[in-house]
Amino acid sequence: MQVPAQVEYEKATSVEQALALLARYAPGARVLAGGHSLIPMMKLRLVQPEVLVDINAITGLRYIEAAGAELRIGALARHADLLAAPVAGEHFTILHDAERVIADPVVRNWGTIGGSLCQADPSEDLSAAFAALKGSMIIHGPDGSREVSARAFHTGPYQTVVGPAEMLTEIRLPIRPGRLTGGSAYMKVARRAGDWPIGAAGAAVWLAGDVISDVGIGLTAVGATHFVAAEAEEFLRGRPADEPTLARAGEIAAEHCRPASDQRGPADYKRHLVQELTTRVLRTAVRRGREARGLAS
Amino acid sequence: MNHAYGPVPRKEDARLLRGQGTFIDDIALPGMLHGAILRSPLAHARIVSVDVSAALAHPMVVAAFTGADLAERGMAWMPTVFGDVQAVLATDKVRFQGQEVAFVVATDRYAARDALELIAVDYEPLPPLIDALTALDPGAPVVREDLPGGNRVFDWSAGDKAATDAAFAAADVVVGCDMIYPRSHPAPLETCGAIAEYDTTGGRLTLHATSQAPHAHRTMYAAITGLPEHKIRVVSPDLGGGFGAKVPIYPGYLCAIAAAMVTGRPVKWVEDRSESLMSTTFARDYHMHGEIAATADGTILALRARVLADHGAFNAAAQPSKFPAGFFHIFTGSYQLRAAHCEVTGVFTNKAPGGVAYSCSFRITEAVYLVERLTDMLARELGMDPAELRMRNLLRPEQFPYTGPTGWEYDSGDYPRALRLALDMAGYDELRREQAERRARGEYMGIGLSFFTEGVGAGPRGQMDILGLAMTDGADLRVHPTGKAVLAVSVQTQGQGHETTFAQLVAHELGLSPDDVDVVHGDTDRTPFGLGTYGSRSTPVSGAAAVVAARRVRERARLVAAAMFEVAPDDLEWLDGKWRVRGDPDQAFGIAEIAKAAHSPLELPAGVEGHLDASAVYNPPNLTFPFGAYICVTDVDPGTGEVTVRRFIAVDDCGVRINPMIVEGQVHRGLADGIGIALMQAIVFDDTGNCLAGSFMDYLLPTSLECPSPELGETVTPSPHHPVGAKGIGESATVGSPAAVVNSVVDALAPFGVVHADMPLTPANVWRAIQGRPVRTDLAIS
Amino acid sequence: MKISVTVNGTDHQRDVEPRLLLIHFLRDELRLTGAHWGCDTSNCGACVVWLDETPVKSCTVLAVMADGHRVTTIEGLARGGVLDPVQDAFAACHGLQCGFCTPGMIMTARWLLDHNPDPSAAEIREAISGQVCRCTGYENIVRSVLRAAGHDGNDGGASG
Repeated sequence: MQVPAQVEYEKATSVEQALALLARYAPGARVLAGGHSLIPMMKLRLVQPEVLVDINAITGLRYIEAAGAELRIGALARHADLLAAPVAGEHFTILHDAERVIADPVVRNWGTIGGSLCQADPSEDLSAAFAALKGSMIIHGPDGSREVSARAFHTGPYQTVVGPAEMLTEIRLPIRPGRLTGGSAYMKVARRAGDWPIGAAGAAVWLAGDVISDVGIGLTAVGATHFVAAEAEEFLRGRPADEPTLARAGEIAAEHCRPASDQRGPADYKRHLVQELTTRVLRTAVRRGREARGLAS
Repeated sequence: MNHAYGPVPRKEDARLLRGQGTFIDDIALPGMLHGAILRSPLAHARIVSVDVSAALAHPMVVAAFTGADLAERGMAWMPTVFGDVQAVLATDKVRFQGQEVAFVVATDRYAARDALELIAVDYEPLPPLIDALTALDPGAPVVREDLPGGNRVFDWSAGDKAATDAAFAAADVVVGCDMIYPRSHPAPLETCGAIAEYDTTGGRLTLHATSQAPHAHRTMYAAITGLPEHKIRVVSPDLGGGFGAKVPIYPGYLCAIAAAMVTGRPVKWVEDRSESLMSTTFARDYHMHGEIAATADGTILALRARVLADHGAFNAAAQPSKFPAGFFHIFTGSYQLRAAHCEVTGVFTNKAPGGVAYSCSFRITEAVYLVERLTDMLARELGMDPAELRMRNLLRPEQFPYTGPTGWEYDSGDYPRALRLALDMAGYDELRREQAERRARGEYMGIGLSFFTEGVGAGPRGQMDILGLAMTDGADLRVHPTGKAVLAVSVQTQGQGHETTFAQLVAHELGLSPDDVDVVHGDTDRTPFGLGTYGSRSTPVSGAAAVVAARRVRERARLVAAAMFEVAPDDLEWLDGKWRVRGDPDQAFGIAEIAKAAHSPLELPAGVEGHLDASAVYNPPNLTFPFGAYICVTDVDPGTGEVTVRRFIAVDDCGVRINPMIVEGQVHRGLADGIGIALMQAIVFDDTGNCLAGSFMDYLLPTSLECPSPELGETVTPSPHHPVGAKGIGESATVGSPAAVVNSVVDALAPFGVVHADMPLTPANVWRAIQGRPVRTDLAIS
Repeated sequence: MKISVTVNGTDHQRDVEPRLLLIHFLRDELRLTGAHWGCDTSNCGACVVWLDETPVKSCTVLAVMADGHRVTTIEGLARGGVLDPVQDAFAACHGLQCGFCTPGMIMTARWLLDHNPDPSAAEIREAISGQVCRCTGYENIVRSVLRAAGHDGNDGGASG
């Protein structure tokens, strides 16, 4: 029977209280949000925290709202919330594309955005999506709050910059106004619905006319540093959004990732997927951007 | 007029819908303890020492056992269902990752789990044998020093080698292929478990257990424990699926029994999912080389096959004792052949034991896969449409009963009609047109056929036994004075609806409503002896026994009715559910009135003692042979290797259908099995013997999104030897469907030059096949 | 730790270990054995119950997280002994065989129909995609939910 080892439990009703508890019990304390990343690990006894700090009773951390030039997502927003939020899909189709293929509908009811990000599984989909959108994370700690780029949030597999006495509270995604056309997309290949990705790619493209003025490409499960295809992004900026260019970007993304062989697939196949999926998401992002502005694709 | 046959709603549903089923883990007995098994992390190692002292010191632990402890009671080793032995708790060595090493018993399940970490085992690792293809190489690690044959389990063959070789020599075309049927696992949603209660005063053991064969298990427990068989009761509660997983006896059951005897308290052991996937009976794991020989115009002449069967560390294949490779020699399929020959070699490896499970009809899954893949490959080689090639070679109705080149006597069938129906339902010609159009646009769709013949309902007592217990089955039918009936049968349902279908069988014979017939099963104290439910044998064997018993009741009722009418028995005829006076049908008595009379002071005729009750033990004269024609349509994305199953057309012939709704449900399931087995399910190992499919994160089962809405058709060709002409359906779709899926994907990839690709056709495996660099799908990628 | 959970309308107070999974609390503590467990990795969905009217996999929730909340299980679905239309529909459409996945499927189906009274077959398949059935191949489960939504089964199949 796979059940967790013994653990202590505290319930926090405010961020301040949560931080105090984390500090008191560090480093053996873990934040418990939806629990759908943490509790499975605890059942397999891969992690054995001494104290769980349950933050589900903290009000004011579960929201998805546009605030000025940003989309703000509270860390306790459930995956189902993000999938159902019109404001998220309206600005960033990539978020709905990704949520649709994360886990399954029942798990999405309870797992939280913050929890998934902090678990920092290299196969976790939103990390690449937020990286593509060049978002940032708000982290609260004993000395107040700080903002960290989504592209610097992860420091390795299952590791983030969130310290043992800190808590992720919000994700911010910049909404770009003005004459730029933007479109985004996410595509994932898995062995079966609901499975972790073998490889996945997300792209957000902003066009000025026919030229790519800015782009973000996130890659999941293929060993891309900070989940980003930086070299492919560099290549695309300033170039026309035509098929050969997008195809070349896919090749560059594939050259620079470091997938590992495992039971989901061999490394050469994963590398191929990076090329294939990067090109496809770029193509779709570009098309969506043009459609948004009523231009022919 | 089969008034009791039909889509009768199921009696089982009332409790199951309300969450009021009684599954093994639902049962809590007073004073019950919980057991947990410590399992080996290594695939092959000598056991230097096992120290349970720290576990015993845990305040909630009541007992702990090692292999040495069980050896003192003569219970460290147990027989397998195939006559080998298997360790209950390892004594000298561990021989597969996940093998049972120690058993701890605590007052709750969480404490039992904690206590496992307090058991210290010192292992001396040994080189593991993982690749079955190397098992017979000189210098290969020896798994079973206790046996004389090295790693060889058996060699077996069937058919006429000389005639087959001659047919091959004379052929215009020969196509050969290596193909793997990967190791998989039946994975019922409910895992296996047991609660053992031992009454020390009376010396009685009661074992509640997830068992598809309670009586056979009881007989085995008597042999293993030394307890007299009449002091053992096995009760199988509601089962959450079986699919063969609940046929064998597992070490955990014996551990629970030993613990109950030692502690004097009930002991529950229920395995978790990873234990189930890593240690209970696997399925398949056949490495096959097949060849098909034909004339240039597409007449199939002969088939031959060489198979290496990976049996894991112990030979625990649950199949009739005279058939070490099960019924694999039905690989001759559904076609007219001049000759066929197969050879099967079984080997031991450092993996869990088993092999015969998961709706395989004793290896017919492997056989059908081989012949249907070869047939498609032959069609490709000849440039012939695969439907046309099949239609040309299918056995014709006038050839039945048909004795094939390996000795099977198929009972009845109209194969061309079933194939034609499937092709019509699919709109086959239109599909081929669509395929051509899509190919021109660079889109890849595939159309895959599978035509299969099953042999189920084992079996005739002279030929078929398990551990010397002949494969007959019994039925006891009692009719109460008010005309309500109770049928006790030895088979054990795991979802197939026996409580309903068996009631329908009896109700039909006796003119009753199925509501008037209760079906008792699963408790060895209350049911007659029989070999249990697997191999689709319930309808053909136990169902037949129920019908025979019911007809005996009916004949006894004739005698009583004759006495009631004061006529001769021959003056009565059975018509519309009653015994009626010939020529005066309004003079009639139904079973209820006759039952009352049989229990009354009425002077009874000879042959009736005071009731209508009757029993039967049914010895089937042959297997029954359901068959079907399946067509699978897939779309393949060559850029990613992803396969989408678009349509699944299935025409099944299982003879007379007692409950069409239940029959269709069985087919739905088997088609989903085919999708899972063909595309995603495999138990794979790395080269140190780590099982990489030890959870549902990696042993992937199809969801609602992978399974299209199936399109079912039927033909009905009654079995000439079954009392009501029924053949059985439980495994047909699992047998027939994987080949249809694989044939479809390979068909889709034909423009890339792919002629074969092994299961599971995961995106990676499909992509590698397209690249012309396939991998061995049974070994982990490294 | 002392918790108070309202299950199927009845308040229960118990003292439990923080690590106790909600599925075991329901089954072993409260003896509500309708919800089942079938895996170790939150994949199979046999354990689905409602936590505050939201379907969750109760094997991945701690009982202490339900403190002060409401849980609904299959045992709480029928009203005064009268089966929910979803339960009736499963019986009519042979939507269950062994019955082990059934309570979880029914809880998800009921929730779906409460929020989307006329779902398409594709929406039904999506809603149950996190729950495994080994017996039915899903077809009759989908037909059952369509029937509960008011379709009489002559709609030409439950394809997605």
